[in-house]
Amino acid sequence: MQEMMKRYGGALTAIILLLTTFWILVLLILPNLTMFESSFRPYLPVLDIGGPKDTYSLGNYMNIFGGEVPMSIFGIDVMVSARVKIFILTVFYSIVVTVIAFLLAYPLSFYLAKVVSPKSLPTLFLLLFVPLWVSEVLRSFAWYVILTLKGPLNGILMQIGLIEREIRWIEGYSPVVITLVYAYVLFMLFPLFNAMQSLDSNQIEAAEDLGSPWWRTHWRIILPHAKPGIASGAVMVFMLSAGSLLVPAIIGSTSGNWFTQTIQGVMLEEQNWNGGAAFAFLLLIVCTLIVVLAMRVFRVKLSDIAK
Amino acid sequence: MSAGIDLDNVVCDFGSFRAVDHVNVSIQPGEFFSFLGPSGCGKTTILRMISGFIEPTQGVIRIGGKDMRGQRPNQRPTALIFQNLALFPLMPVWENISFGLEVRGVDKAKRRARAEELLALVDLPGAGDKMISQLSGGQKQRVAIARALAVEPSVMLLDEPLSALDLKLRQNMRAELRAIQKRTGVTFVFITHDQGEALAMSDRVGVMSQGKLQQGANPRDIYNNPVNGFVASFVGENNVLTGGVSAPAAGFATMDTPHGRFRARIADGVSGTGVKLYVRPEHTAISDTAAPENSVPVTISEVAFEGNFIAVHAVSDSGMTFLSEIRNDGAATVPAIGSKLHVSFDPARAAILPDAASAKG
Repeated sequence: MQEMMKRYGGALTAIILLLTTFWILVLLILPNLTMFESSFRPYLPVLDIGGPKDTYSLGNYMNIFGGEVPMSIFGIDVMVSARVKIFILTVFYSIVVTVIAFLLAYPLSFYLAKVVSPKSLPTLFLLLFVPLWVSEVLRSFAWYVILTLKGPLNGILMQIGLIEREIRWIEGYSPVVITLVYAYVLFMLFPLFNAMQSLDSNQIEAAEDLGSPWWRTHWRIILPHAKPGIASGAVMVFMLSAGSLLVPAIIGSTSGNWFTQTIQGVMLEEQNWNGGAAFAFLLLIVCTLIVVLAMRVFRVKLSDIAK
Repeated sequence: MSAGIDLDNVVCDFGSFRAVDHVNVSIQPGEFFSFLGPSGCGKTTILRMISGFIEPTQGVIRIGGKDMRGQRPNQRPTALIFQNLALFPLMPVWENISFGLEVRGVDKAKRRARAEELLALVDLPGAGDKMISQLSGGQKQRVAIARALAVEPSVMLLDEPLSALDLKLRQNMRAELRAIQKRTGVTFVFITHDQGEALAMSDRVGVMSQGKLQQGANPRDIYNNPVNGFVASFVGENNVLTGGVSAPAAGFATMDTPHGRFRARIADGVSGTGVKLYVRPEHTAISDTAAPENSVPVTISEVAFEGNFIAVHAVSDSGMTFLSEIRNDGAATVPAIGSKLHVSFDPARAAILPDAASAKG
């Protein structure tokens, strides 16, 4: 604080602090608090707002239930409401996206951090970054084109003889999963790369010198060291995926709805902001709980992620 | 258990740079062999070639008589102790030590027992459950040694493992390493740039410069009979006189320099002008009267009383500064600064030597 005063002078420090406070308070905390408050109030005609019917309840949250449809969870057939089904599938496929992103990012970040010569690193990073210069909308549409029935992906796979008939990619949740992995894999890659780069290469060599085969070196030395990076990457990819609206809206098939689309429907089509707010908080709360649970299971501390 | 190592005409190139240049050396089973040299002399490259992280460009490395070509580090009977030790910070001490056994599929109870045994060997009993970050520098050192010993290597390779320790600890660890080596009988190959370390610990020392092995001999020969100017000046201090050599006979020659005429031992093949004569400070004497030969009149310019010896800087009339060390036997007199005295040395204690074996030669 004193350091800041010395460097920028009183006036500038005041402006910086004021703007930051404004951003956090007015643009972040207040809207969320308003949303949180309104999520407990019923959706009423304007005249009734503030009237006797305007009382706090969990009604909006309970709206997720109702309208039972069949669903199979790990082979067990149950009846759940349509919205709960979409909610569960959204969370499940967000986890799938996170796992696939990890499986792709781990070898790539190891290659970048420990194998490739530091001289070619800037070029490789540029190649990774270039797609980010294109808007997410365009990139999602690009995947739509790639994945269509008569599209380039099926064409190439048929050409090299891997498949005999076109695969219907845009069906169920696969297009959303594919595009989300593509959109967010870098959020996994960079923390992983950072974590691996901070590993002393001598440790890898020491393990090999002691007779360790490559897979054991990864399992016992590199993976544990990269754990904080994996954790922060996984939290990022999982939260972004579960909260993504654009990708499922563009590329999602009718049989692969994302819960964010449900929220959007309630808010914009039903014009029920109270109900939408409740659903949005439901998603946030459940996702946060899953992250906390995963951190417990994998023994990751919050301070590890913040690194 | 221990194995010898043969380096047979080993060359290692990094691009156009020749890091190791036709090195031949036979390290005996159970020997403590040190490679001594300045940084960039190729000693670490040799160590990494023996451990298998680098393949020689030319030549053969044999361990226990077996050609090591194409053998990965995890297939070789060597254990390397890294300069920064490279202990695994996320494992407790005992898991660090038994990592090599874990790799070999030894069950947990046996690993734990073996780790405790090794901890006792390196004088750290009961430290098995500590984390690496809880250990001091010297303790980490011991854990690294125990970890390397756990895989029962035939050869231990040590890459300047003492350089990170403070002086006192370094001296303790010298003795300890030597003792562990004697106890286990494992061949030790030690890399260092510290001549004191190399001389005090090793059975033999290989002095390296510019990728070449300059001299491989026991510490006494390295110090007393260096084969060339590089070895003489890298190991210990010297007064160096430059001049022209004449009349070599029976291993001795006379040399004319701007500071006078001197007689000294001469190495084979040295002749002509611009050659160098080396004499160590402790092999010179300071006296009131001129000696019959190899004597220079000097003025004392600086005297440092070091305790066990007295370092004297003396400038000759011709402008050469001689460094002389007088052993403090309790009766030694400290010469006064400015006094006019004579520096002299025994011809048998001085040597006219060629320069270092260069990369080309």
